[in-house]
Amino acid sequence: MPTTEPRTLTTVAAPTVANGAADAQPLVSVRALDAYFGATRAVRDVSVDFVEGQVTAIIGPSGCGKSTLLRCLNRMHETIAGARTEGEVLLDGKDIYARGVNPIAVRRRIGMVFQRPTPFPTMSIRDNVVAGFRAAGHTAPSRAEQDQIAEWALRRSALWDEVKDRLRESAMALSGGQQQRLCIARALATRPRVLLLDEPTASLDPLSTQKVEELVYELRGDVTVVIVTHNMQQAARVSDRTAFMLLGELVEVAPTTRMFTSPADARTEAYITGRFG
Amino acid sequence: MNTRMSARMSTRMSTRAPRRSVRARRARSAVMITLTVVAALLATLPLIFILALLLTQGASSLNWAFFTAMPRPVGESGGGMANALAGTVMLITIASALGLPVGIGAGMYLAEHRGGRLASVVRFLSDVLNGLPSIVVGIFAWQFLVRPVHRFSALAGGIALAVMMIPLVTRTTEEMIRLVPDALREAALALGYPRWRTSLTVVLRTALPGIVTGALVAVARIAGETAPLLFTAFGNQFWSTSLTQPISALPLQIFSYAISPYDEWHALAWAGALVLLALVLVISLVAKFATRSRFGSAND
Repeated sequence: MPTTEPRTLTTVAAPTVANGAADAQPLVSVRALDAYFGATRAVRDVSVDFVEGQVTAIIGPSGCGKSTLLRCLNRMHETIAGARTEGEVLLDGKDIYARGVNPIAVRRRIGMVFQRPTPFPTMSIRDNVVAGFRAAGHTAPSRAEQDQIAEWALRRSALWDEVKDRLRESAMALSGGQQQRLCIARALATRPRVLLLDEPTASLDPLSTQKVEELVYELRGDVTVVIVTHNMQQAARVSDRTAFMLLGELVEVAPTTRMFTSPADARTEAYITGRFG
Repeated sequence: MNTRMSARMSTRMSTRAPRRSVRARRARSAVMITLTVVAALLATLPLIFILALLLTQGASSLNWAFFTAMPRPVGESGGGMANALAGTVMLITIASALGLPVGIGAGMYLAEHRGGRLASVVRFLSDVLNGLPSIVVGIFAWQFLVRPVHRFSALAGGIALAVMMIPLVTRTTEEMIRLVPDALREAALALGYPRWRTSLTVVLRTALPGIVTGALVAVARIAGETAPLLFTAFGNQFWSTSLTQPISALPLQIFSYAISPYDEWHALAWAGALVLLALVLVISLVAKFATRSRFGSAND
């Protein structure tokens, strides 16, 4: 992989925010986490903090466990037959794997967007956006409330101007990039503390990728974002901190600027200079 | 001899005589295409013949009275099959009311627990039941629903038809639910949907057009069944809508009129067959259009 890929992003500069991890507050703390598929140990003894309001990128070669780690953060890993985890994931200091914690409540506070856009084909654009919001409350929110949250979430995901005149139409009529931003809007509508993005631009064209990246950049401060990506340039463009995983282990986590200029670990350097992966 | 040899060799070694080989392949391709087109025509030809036959034989006896009048005794001309039509509608309703919930529920179970041991047993038994001769289903219903109460009944006929329907609906429901991408299920779970809500509002809702089609195809399939009704619904000369009384049905009436020695009854049997075919055609057409969901095809 060439390290000097032309930058497709001009509006978004590499983050210059000072991000000393020591004084920033971790919103999500992973403590000695192991994740298994049956007997296979896909994530090995990972401990990492995700700082509130920051974007953290997880990079690494295929099969290194980065998606699995991400799916452990909102208890989606356990929905796969034979999958289980050991260790702790603290959200605001409380273990989401503790006894008595409902995974559904966890997923409402930690949203997730997948590699391929997944709009619900039977719902309109508006209904897609409010789908999670509608399911969250004990009583169904009023129509006006739903319209309000739909507009807010669509504006937040920079999709409002493109779809405001066709909210009643099928979400399937949108382009792939629009569908992906719709999925981000749908996740934001539940007002999560954390947003997990699992290679959100892997199936998108460069222009749509740019829009999603800009959106991720915009979300910092409000939402804590963890983004898994194959694309190191993307990690460099959108993230404050970068974590590098290899063979299920977390090799290194550091501020993105330092990670890509002077990585501490030889394996990290080998990966980001394109010697493997 | 020598030329023939070289011709054969050139077909084998295409690089040496490319034009000849292309021509041979084109010829073979044309023969195969012709054969498959003929097969396709043969496959649909019976329906066209049946339709033409029923139209020529039955259309003349088809009038308003056929739908509204009761059967007349032998020797009187005219009369219709109002009771048989009502009976068929009633039997289909009973069968659907019992068969659709069970079939759809079983299909959902099979799709959601596809790897389980119980699921594979149910799937296998369902396939066996699907292949069971309908007369066997009729005997089964007679043994358990007619014999103990010493009476033929509409309910027994409806249950026999439901037994025919369930495996069909089960398998189509399972197939349709399995067509829903796992990514949608994951997306709903990740939004904080409970499992039941994911299954109902996302998975089932997405698969619904296909499930409705499957249900209609099953209804069309049982609408013309005769054997399961022979010893259950039995048939009835008179108007009846009672669940506990024998009831007439279109296929039963067609059967008894067709084997009778009277020309008027033969004519009515033809008309009845035409109506039955039209009913199945209409249901199939509805099924075809039901697949088009509100927002276009669900599976793209």
